[in-house]
Amino acid sequence: MSRPGAAISTDSLRQRAKEVRREIIKMLTEAGSGHTGGSLSAADLVTALFFYKMRHRPEDPDWRERDRFILSKGHAAPLLYAVLALSGYFDKDVLKTLRRIDSPLQGHPSSKTLKGVEISTGSLGQGLSIANGIALGLRMSGTGQRVYCLLGDGELQEGQVWEAAMTAAHYGIDNLCAIVDNNGLQIDGFCCDVMKIEPITEKWKAFGWHVIDIDGHDMDQIVSALDEAEGIKGKPSMIVARTVKGKGVSFFEGKAEYHGVAPSKEEREKALKELE
Amino acid sequence: MGDTRQKTEAGNREPGGRQAVATRDAYGAALFELGKRREDVVVLDADLSGSTKTAKFAKAFPGRFFNMGISEQDMIGTAGGLSLAGKVPFASTFAIFETGRAWEQIRQTVCYSGLNVKLVATHGGITVGEDGASHQSIVDVALMRALPGMTVIVPADGMETEQVIIAIVDYNGPVYVRLGRMKAPAVMPDDYKFDMGKAYLFHLGKDANIIACGIMVSSALEARKMLASEGLDVGVINMPTVKPLDAEAVLKAARSSRLVVTAEEHSIIGGLGSAVCELLSEEHPVKVKRVGVKDKFGKSGKPGELLEAYGLTAKGIVDTIKTSL
Ligand SMILES: Cc1ncc(C[n+]2csc(CCOP(=O)(O)OP(=O)(O)O)c2C)c(N)n1
Ligand SMILES: [Mg+2]
Repeated sequence: MSRPGAAISTDSLRQRAKEVRREIIKMLTEAGSGHTGGSLSAADLVTALFFYKMRHRPEDPDWRERDRFILSKGHAAPLLYAVLALSGYFDKDVLKTLRRIDSPLQGHPSSKTLKGVEISTGSLGQGLSIANGIALGLRMSGTGQRVYCLLGDGELQEGQVWEAAMTAAHYGIDNLCAIVDNNGLQIDGFCCDVMKIEPITEKWKAFGWHVIDIDGHDMDQIVSALDEAEGIKGKPSMIVARTVKGKGVSFFEGKAEYHGVAPSKEEREKALKELE
Repeated sequence: MGDTRQKTEAGNREPGGRQAVATRDAYGAALFELGKRREDVVVLDADLSGSTKTAKFAKAFPGRFFNMGISEQDMIGTAGGLSLAGKVPFASTFAIFETGRAWEQIRQTVCYSGLNVKLVATHGGITVGEDGASHQSIVDVALMRALPGMTVIVPADGMETEQVIIAIVDYNGPVYVRLGRMKAPAVMPDDYKFDMGKAYLFHLGKDANIIACGIMVSSALEARKMLASEGLDVGVINMPTVKPLDAEAVLKAARSSRLVVTAEEHSIIGGLGSAVCELLSEEHPVKVKRVGVKDKFGKSGKPGELLEAYGLTAKGIVDTIKTSL
């Protein structure tokens, strides 16, 4: 399948997202460490990319005509691994090896150990520049592929993000769609307390981007934003997705403490119940 | 700065009663004490204050703490500015981001102008563990050591860390201190006093001498014991100040045995091992073997498993010595 989601309903996407969240919880508990909050907050967005929007072939990960996904907020590795496994890139059983020594599923995504990971990430702020480069290259000699890049809102504090923001607008990189997982939290607390980044939408507009503001957990809004972005010519698109960190598990929601803490076995059971 | 101090065999090698603490925890405690005594001490962090342990200072002295968000380059530049305004800034984040992301700011702004900025980074080395290569800093000592005017310190345990933090406040100039995430066994004797630029000699060996820093000091002491039971006399030197190197201590080790082994939780390129080789190849060529990460990236795993996998253990040192003698 080239575009797996060409005909998928938003209801099925919602089911998929639930499945993705369940896998995230299971693999994190098994690993005993890892990033829970930021994996859950972007689950709907990345599910829509892999099961609806992107053209890709799990059975042929290096397929030249594939769209590309760059996980700039690399700590959400469990989310990427879940969608890759559920898409069929590798066996679901491998998810159990997350963060173990010599596992292909490194704590932060490694393109050297796992097919489907376009580039190793984990040091924040670098992904958008890479996405720009890929998009420029594909524009020169590609077949109409598009590039997607997911950033954290805290990540926007890195200066390199804004250098890349200028590059994308300057070169009119319209085969690029970036997404901010705007969950309002980073490690040390609320972004607005640590280092204010609002107004996010206005900033990207001022940098020359086409900006779409959505509820990042509303599948209909996600799907139509992704479609809208594809139609925009002459400038890059940014989807600012309002999300809740830890979304889907009531006791993780909106809590900075669960940024980098894995669910205990007890929490896993409760969480999986909520995600039935 | 006194002479290289010497301790006899029975000495205080296993300091009684002191518990293993992570050097980052010792940093948090020392910084808090410093805050009480010194009004001019200010602290900066880049969204990792819980992990670097600067949070304790932040809570006690909110007016002197600046969370810069996830912007390490900005943090270093701001620290430079604060030092120009007469403050003594301590800037902290993970070693990989402090020395890697902000290297050029450290070079141009801090070192070239000789600013009084204290760079105290945590999560050095591979014992960062499960986060993997993206977060494991194994070339930070090399990056900092190459900068003119930079002092580089890698403490071995909690007590030494506290002393280092107190000592560098009274030194005017850029300093890089590399700390760890995991608990480090207490190795320094109870009466130990850190002296910037000075090594600490546990024992001078006749067969081989190990020069170590950081958590590898503990492994070196263990290796010494293992080899003693096989009749080999192996010395151990703790070299907390990797730059400027205590040349006298290194030369002493080289003159007393035909093999010098360096041990560090760092790449064998550019760190303590390189510093020792640079000195000895010019001043007193003897065989030097470097125990460290052999020009590889780190990976995910439990800290202990990784130390095993990369040969950063007492056994790794023992094997190196046995095959080299
Ligand atoms: C350059 C860099 N600095 C610091 C970190 C440590 N770190 C990992 S995640 C994180 C917070 C990220 O916040 P945000 O981008 O909002 O992510 P999310 O809330 O989606 O998890 C930080 C500071 C890092 N990975 N990279
Ligand atoms: Mg966030």
